[in-house]
Parts: sequence; C-alpha cells; structure tokens
Amino acid sequence: MNDSPSPAPLLELDHLDHLWIQVAGTLCNYQCYHCFISCHPKNHNLEMLSFDDVTSVIQQALELGVKEIYFTGGEPFLHRRMVDILEYTLQYAPATVLTNASVLREEWLERLAEAERRSVYSLEFRVSLDGFTEQENDAIRGPGTFQRTMDGIEKLVRWGFLPIISAVRTWPVEKDPQVISGFLGLLRERGYRRPRLKLLPTLRLGAERDRSGDYRPDERITSGMLADYPLDQLVCRSARAVTSRGVCVCPILVEMAEAYLGKTLHEALGPARLGHGACWTCYQFGAICSNAGRSEGQVSNRFPETRGWHDWR
Amino acid sequence: MARLALIGGVYSNYLALEQALLDARRRSVDAIYCLGDLGAFGPHPDRVFPLLWDYQVLCIQGNYDDSIARGLDNCQCGYTDPRDNYFAQISYDYTLSRTSPQFRQWMGRLPKQLRLECEGWRVLLCHGSPRRVNEFLWESTTSTAFLEWLAETYSTDLIAVTHTGIKWKRRLKGDRWFVNVGVVGRPENDGQPHVWYTLLDLEPKRADIRFIPITYDFRRLAAEMQQEKLPEEFVETIVTGWWTTCLEILPQKERRRGKW
Repeated sequence: MNDSPSPAPLLELDHLDHLWIQVAGTLCNYQCYHCFISCHPKNHNLEMLSFDDVTSVIQQALELGVKEIYFTGGEPFLHRRMVDILEYTLQYAPATVLTNASVLREEWLERLAEAERRSVYSLEFRVSLDGFTEQENDAIRGPGTFQRTMDGIEKLVRWGFLPIISAVRTWPVEKDPQVISGFLGLLRERGYRRPRLKLLPTLRLGAERDRSGDYRPDERITSGMLADYPLDQLVCRSARAVTSRGVCVCPILVEMAEAYLGKTLHEALGPARLGHGACWTCYQFGAICSNAGRSEGQVSNRFPETRGWHDWR
Repeated sequence: MARLALIGGVYSNYLALEQALLDARRRSVDAIYCLGDLGAFGPHPDRVFPLLWDYQVLCIQGNYDDSIARGLDNCQCGYTDPRDNYFAQISYDYTLSRTSPQFRQWMGRLPKQLRLECEGWRVLLCHGSPRRVNEFLWESTTSTAFLEWLAETYSTDLIAVTHTGIKWKRRLKGDRWFVNVGVVGRPENDGQPHVWYTLLDLEPKRADIRFIPITYDFRRLAAEMQQEKLPEEFVETIVTGWWTTCLEILPQKERRRGKW
C-alpha cells in the first residue's frame, strides 16, 4: 500500500461523526467506467449486509455518539430491505443514501417521504449523474443510464426530496462553469427548481485505475504535508466504513485489505494510515465524501471565484 | 431562579439587537450573553459595540470576530459552495474595512467559550459547537446520540450555540439540554422578517428554554444596506425573511422550509 520513501503518516480518529455502511456490497446494476470500487451486477467481492447486521452496527455507532449515517454500495436500493433500513435509521440519526436512482419505486418513496416527515432528521439522497447530456453521461455510466437516472431524480423531486446530484469531474477544471450551468439547466428543465450539486474528483482505484492508470509513488501524503492542514477535511478523521469484510478506514478504500482496521467498530477506532494514492486525492480536495463537500476547488484554494454563475434563479 | 438572555449572531444588525436588548431588559433578565459573530451581512458594524457595552452583554468570540480581530482574509464560516463563499466574501470585506481598530482589539480578547454554574446547572456557551467554532449544528443533521456525546465529553448539562442562523432545541437523556439560540442578525428563512433570541429560565432541576421573536425596523436596515451598496440579495433576505445566500450549506429539511 505504501510505495513512498518515508512511512505514511498515521491519523487518529477524532470522533466517529459519520458511519458509512456499504449496505449493498459491490453489487450494482450499473457498471461505470470511473467506479472506484469496480462495482457491477455480478461483483460479489463485498456482499450485502443483512438487516440485523446493519441495525446492530448502527446501535454500536450510536453508543459512540455518531452524528450521521451514510449508506452506499454498489447500489443500495438493490438491497431488499433498504427501505426498512432507512426507516429504522431515521428513528435515531440523519441518513444519507448514495444511489443511481434507477430502481426507485413509487411505493418505496412514499414510505420514505413519510418516514422523513415523522423524523426530526433529514433523509438525503445523493444521486450520481456524470453528464448533463445523455451522450456524456452514458459514455461513462452505460447506455440508457441517463434516462433512468433522470426519471429517478424526477420521482424524488415529486416526492418532495431535494436530491444532491453528484458528478465526478471527468472534465478539465476550467470547464466547471459551463458544466455546472449545464447541470443546473438540465435539472431545472426537469422540474427540479432548486437543484443541489456536488462535484467529486476522480479516484484512481477500481475501474478508474484500469482506465487512467494507478497513482504515482510520489502521489502520497507525507507527514510534512499535514502541518497547518485542516485535518477534519480527511474522511478518516471522522468516519469509518462497515462492509461485509469488517470495518475500513473510509468508504473509498473498501477493496483494499490493508485499509481494514478490525472486524467490529470498536476494533476500528485506532489510527488510519494515510498510505494510499486516494488519500492524496482526499487531501487535495477535502471532504470528498460528506454531503457538505465543496463543489469546486481545492482545500488550498478556499475561496474560488464563482466565475459568474451565481446567477442562480 | 436565574433568567438569562442568549443572543446569537448579530451580523451588524444593530437595530434588531437593540430591540432584543430592550426586550430582555423588560423581562428582567439577570444577564445577557452574546454567542458571537457580531459583524457580517448588515451595515455599519461599529454601531453594534456601544449597545453591547451599554447593556453589559457578555460576549464570546465567533469565527467572524476572530477573523476580523486578526484581519484574516476570510470569515472562516465554513461554507463549501462557491456561490455561498462569493457572497460571504463581499460581506466580510465590507465588515473588515469598516470595523474600527478599537473594536477589533476588543473582539480579539473575547473568550472562545464561557462556562456558567447556575442554579445547579453546568452551562456551556459556545459559538458553533463545543469542539469547533465553525461547526454547523443543524437540527436535521445532528443526532441526539452525538449531542449526548458532546454533553458527556464536555461535562455540561446545557450546551448553547449559534452559527447556523436557525434556532432549535432538544432534550437529552439525564435532563440535559442542547439549544441553538438562533440569530438576531437576519430572519431565519421562514418568510417572516422578524428575528429571534433565546430566554433561558433556570431553576434547580428545571430548565425552560423559550424562543423570543423580535420585530424591528427592518425597512430602515434594508435602506441602510442599500445606501452602503451591500448586495441586493442580502437586502431581499432582510425584507422578505427568505434566505437568498448561504443556501448550499443547508440540509434538506432546513432547505425545504425556505423559498430558494
């Protein structure tokens, strides 16, 4: 895991703010070329978690004072009990689910809208869409995925949700203004009056590594780089991810055996080693996994210009 | 019984602050606390300080006050969206250039937190959260388990914060409380131009937390903001009660309640 000349720094967990649950394992109905976990319809590398496994780990996390619960996969809504799981979670904590929105059924959304209405907590949907045209998105996510995901977004909006649309930046950063206004225009046209958008960097892992190559050995975090750096931008400072294999430092490195810290949450509260190239991406962009992640720029560039797209109505 | 007034972000809204202070005085409070972020958003930041001093308001330092005192290049509010940051920067540059050295020095000396022992209650006053000055604690994205962890970790029975701009409270196990006291600086995205502060009545084993609406001459504030050439988006919020900026930081439930 660590090819850099000096040992990779260790980072202590500050507090378990975010519990990530890889509820659907690596099973997904899509097979996107930039997927950092190489999920696809037959990938059983990580298995689905049972309802009981999920509720048990949520209870453990609540005892530790967890602030928010995130669900990911694979595609979480391939899990037969996903709606039950979200209803359960909303009794105790805010929930976020990362989905491609392609398999959402009206009756599920009806139940989820009701569960959120009863709860003091938000149920956030983060929907992946990687282009604001069919051509661009489907080239990355596969034929037909644009239309299916857009249908899902429209359903969510009709049920009163305000999904966060997340797109992996597969274009040069200079094109951000055009791409962002393209996304916002598309979403408004489809009835999403106040779209929320989150841009993510690519991570050279899984399918994306096969496509664009691995990290160079020098693309690593060193101890010196952590001086004066806002450590809470690093996911493993405040999160752990639970999968069928155990507890991993973050939801990004779930296919790396060396990123697992233990079988149980309590075993996994020790420090994380920032030894992977993906840690370097996380360092550069900051807060890449949380909902309130920056949608533009890097940590070092805290106040980028808006370049004119603050014309938002 | 002890009665405390807890005032959140002022954001240079000296007109609303004055009304809140008058209201607190009418209610015979024993002490008035302000949880920080004195400048930002509104006009004439220097008009806030004489009021705070006249009413002997005990202030803690918000992220904004820390930035202004040290002359940093941004407000450290913790926004993550470029549009939010764009407007935050306009407001910050304006406030920094119009806050006098005397007030900046005073702000620099304010404590980051205050601990009170009152009627058997251990009260912790802070700006964002006990652990981070600019942490946003929203009602819909903060679990009770997390608040209980905070109360335990920081050995307190009642935590009061501001920073988000929207008030809320929650009872925790073991008769503990968490309250976000809201702000008097701008309305809270509910389509109403009034603002809020918090009244805290403490008796042994009993806490009564009430949110008090404050009406003030918002049209005058809006006119002054226009004279100062502050963004029309800010003026609109003051007049309509709907947020037009800082929207992307809002969780879904809080965002849905607003207009934009």
